[in-house]
Amino acid sequence: MPNNNSRRQDHFVAALEDTPIAPIDKLDESQKARSTWADAWDAMRRRPMFWIASSLILLIIVVVLFPTLFTQVSPTVCHLADSNGSPTGGHPLGFTRQGCDVFSRVIHGAQASVTVGVVTMVLVTLFGGTIGALAGYYGGWLDAIVSRVGDIFFALPLVLGAIVLMQVLPARTAVSVALVLALFAWPQIARIMRGAVLSARNTDYVTASIALGVSKFKVLVRHVIPNSIAPVIVIATVSLGVYIVAEATLSFLGLGLPTNVMSWGNDISQARTSIKTSPQVLLYPSAALSITVLAFLMMGDVVRDALDPESRARR
Amino acid sequence: MSQLATETRAENVSGEEQPLLQVRDLEVGFETQRGVVSAVRGVDLTLYAGQTLAIVGESGSGKTTTAQSIIDLLPRNGKVTAGQILFEGRDLTTLPPAAIEDVRGRLIGYVPQDPMSNLNPVWSIGFQVEEAIKANNVAQGKEARLRTIQVLKDAGLSDAADRLKQYPHQFSGGMRQRVLIGIGLSAKPKLLIADEPTSALDVTVQRQILDHLATLTRDYGTSVLFITHDLGLAAERAEQLVVMYKGKVVESGPSQEILANPQHPYTQRLVSAAPSLASRRIQSAKHADADDPQIYAGGSTDDTLIARAAEREQAAPAKALISVENVTKMYKIRQQGFRSEKLLAVNDVSFGVQKGTTTALVGESGSGKSTVAKLILQLESITSGRIEFDGQNVAGLKGAELLKFRRRVQPVFQDPYGTLDPQYNVGNTIAEPLLAHKVGTKKERQARVLELLDQVSMPSATRFRYPGELSGGQRQRIAVARALALKPDVLVLDEAVSALDVLVQGQVLNLLTELQTELDLTYLFITHDLAVVRLIADNVCVMQRGRIVEAASTDEVFDNPKEQYTQELLAAIPGGDFEFGR
Repeated sequence: MPNNNSRRQDHFVAALEDTPIAPIDKLDESQKARSTWADAWDAMRRRPMFWIASSLILLIIVVVLFPTLFTQVSPTVCHLADSNGSPTGGHPLGFTRQGCDVFSRVIHGAQASVTVGVVTMVLVTLFGGTIGALAGYYGGWLDAIVSRVGDIFFALPLVLGAIVLMQVLPARTAVSVALVLALFAWPQIARIMRGAVLSARNTDYVTASIALGVSKFKVLVRHVIPNSIAPVIVIATVSLGVYIVAEATLSFLGLGLPTNVMSWGNDISQARTSIKTSPQVLLYPSAALSITVLAFLMMGDVVRDALDPESRARR
Repeated sequence: MSQLATETRAENVSGEEQPLLQVRDLEVGFETQRGVVSAVRGVDLTLYAGQTLAIVGESGSGKTTTAQSIIDLLPRNGKVTAGQILFEGRDLTTLPPAAIEDVRGRLIGYVPQDPMSNLNPVWSIGFQVEEAIKANNVAQGKEARLRTIQVLKDAGLSDAADRLKQYPHQFSGGMRQRVLIGIGLSAKPKLLIADEPTSALDVTVQRQILDHLATLTRDYGTSVLFITHDLGLAAERAEQLVVMYKGKVVESGPSQEILANPQHPYTQRLVSAAPSLASRRIQSAKHADADDPQIYAGGSTDDTLIARAAEREQAAPAKALISVENVTKMYKIRQQGFRSEKLLAVNDVSFGVQKGTTTALVGESGSGKSTVAKLILQLESITSGRIEFDGQNVAGLKGAELLKFRRRVQPVFQDPYGTLDPQYNVGNTIAEPLLAHKVGTKKERQARVLELLDQVSMPSATRFRYPGELSGGQRQRIAVARALALKPDVLVLDEAVSALDVLVQGQVLNLLTELQTELDLTYLFITHDLAVVRLIADNVCVMQRGRIVEAASTDEVFDNPKEQYTQELLAAIPGGDFEFGR
């Protein structure tokens, strides 16, 4: 048997000076008030990738809006004498097979590509987001129909569906290409929004707001959607790159923008014919496309990390 | 304050028997974006073979971190920065990972807190127990299977052999906790660390499991290190007690001695706020000394304040403000195919709530108490029966009438982390009901928000803060402020203080009592915690499986429970009979 005397432990009391006690549950006012969005901004700001991605995106936006800042050479004035010519003074990237200035075409081509991407993204987010939110929030038959219709579109590959539809479309403009892409791309966002809304709908603060007398629709707009929007923002940012690629693919196949519209997809398509003799003509529009897509993908990545509730929890 | 205690402790170390576990000057830090945050700051504790020691403290006091550092289970960003953890004379902090792995499980078992998330849902129970047995080299091959059955039987699952192939979702919370205890004890370890092993369970289940754990550890000669926030549990189950506060030990020693005669001001505070069956109803201080700071300093609640009961009785009107008559709620649960099963969540329930009083609905999980709250709040429709509020039948109210009803009956929910929209700052949250009911101008609403913040004792600057920056108790106070914004008559409090630490809980209960007197509020208080009921309720309805089994005044139910179920509930409260020193 153990000796009971040796295992007896004394009543120890710490000195009050070593363990001062604070008032119960007092608000810590030492730090500034912060919203979740401010927190997300804080998290993003610290990442070099955010700054790389955002400066690239900023550069792309400037190129789209003010192409003449970067080049005075007209992309459409071409001399066959310069066909596949090497870089010379004033023409840093050389000439295409038609004798057009490659640098100028890359700069001016940004407009169509980025426009299609952005318009598609906006359409998809608005339409898919709204449909998904309503379906998830109200449920019932609306949800059943939306989910099944979404499934049908989901089963069609984006590009394949677009190819078929673009063939029957009378006018091919940036907006019509965007519309067609959006038609096949909305179910993705709708699904994500629906899932997020489903989980937000069952939270106590939603029940509390309803019990407080806020109308059901207002609860959706004020509480459910703001709390479900984060994953949608992430996917929308990432998808922007996908849409730009889809437009390029369609244009490459001759089904996107008409050949007289300058776009990276068209230029890549045309450069294909001279890939053996002058690969640089293909390289530059492709590089521009890749960098643009990469910029948005990186941005999406940073945004996801910042909005991820796991990494957002503050301790 | 006894200053000499530190010196006498040193002598004990040189005594004849070596302690099983000795933690010396332990310091643990967490690496965060804001630099290293120290969570444990110089903790000492000693545990001899066969003893039971409880670490108590509020959330964030470092009690779990201390336990985790013993078996090297700290989160990735946590590190022992100083001190020693001597287990059978070996310093665990200096052991290589492989050696720790050998100690963990085989010599030191661990029972985690949440039975719902600590079993892997894709593996069968048998597989998971067997895995532990094989990993700790208790037995291999066929013998391991036999041992698995034995372990589960020992843990109190009598039909263990038939249940091996079942999955966690087929087990109730109590059964899962038994499995976890079985895993923790499978190697008959010398020390078992149990981190809040029963705080997620109902009291009657808790009692069974703790009894069983006590029997097992006595048989195996295992020492137990309990981590708990429940002082009653510590008084009843542990010989030694360590009280932690902000990463430091404020008081330690024989548990009953400490709890009967707490010395450190923090322990005194904690003990006096601990609800127990011996407590009495909190009385409002407004009648005596309205600005008494003691009220918000917590503690000293029930005995220093002036009784108001007689006054209340005189003022009580004859007619009930809320009357629930023969209310039944049936849910249809979809089964496979087109079949559906009926579930009687609330079965022929009748009770009344008088104006200005608090009625508590008490019951274990699945008793239907929260459903009753939802029915009264008109968040669910009743299947049959009648609910009257202020003489009006409220079942099936629509449109403007419903809005009017909502104005007068407001809810406060359980989960302080879910009840406030994280995207809204506090000011907007409190103003929301005012906006929804189009009350006042923007300026008037702002003024009202300030007034409400003051009523729940929060500084006015809180209105710019977001819920993420507030503690659980603070959020719950904001939820109360929001509920009060429209000057309602009734608050339905669904487990409103259950998730809070004892001190914070006491503070919120005090606040609720203050507000009740000040604003003549009526409370319907839904809870599983009988000790809290004693502090706040005038009348109690005990619910079991959708029925009210006993309804009477609080004193009657506690002093003279008529139904067996009520008696069982009361008996199951840990440390219910213990006389806390106050």
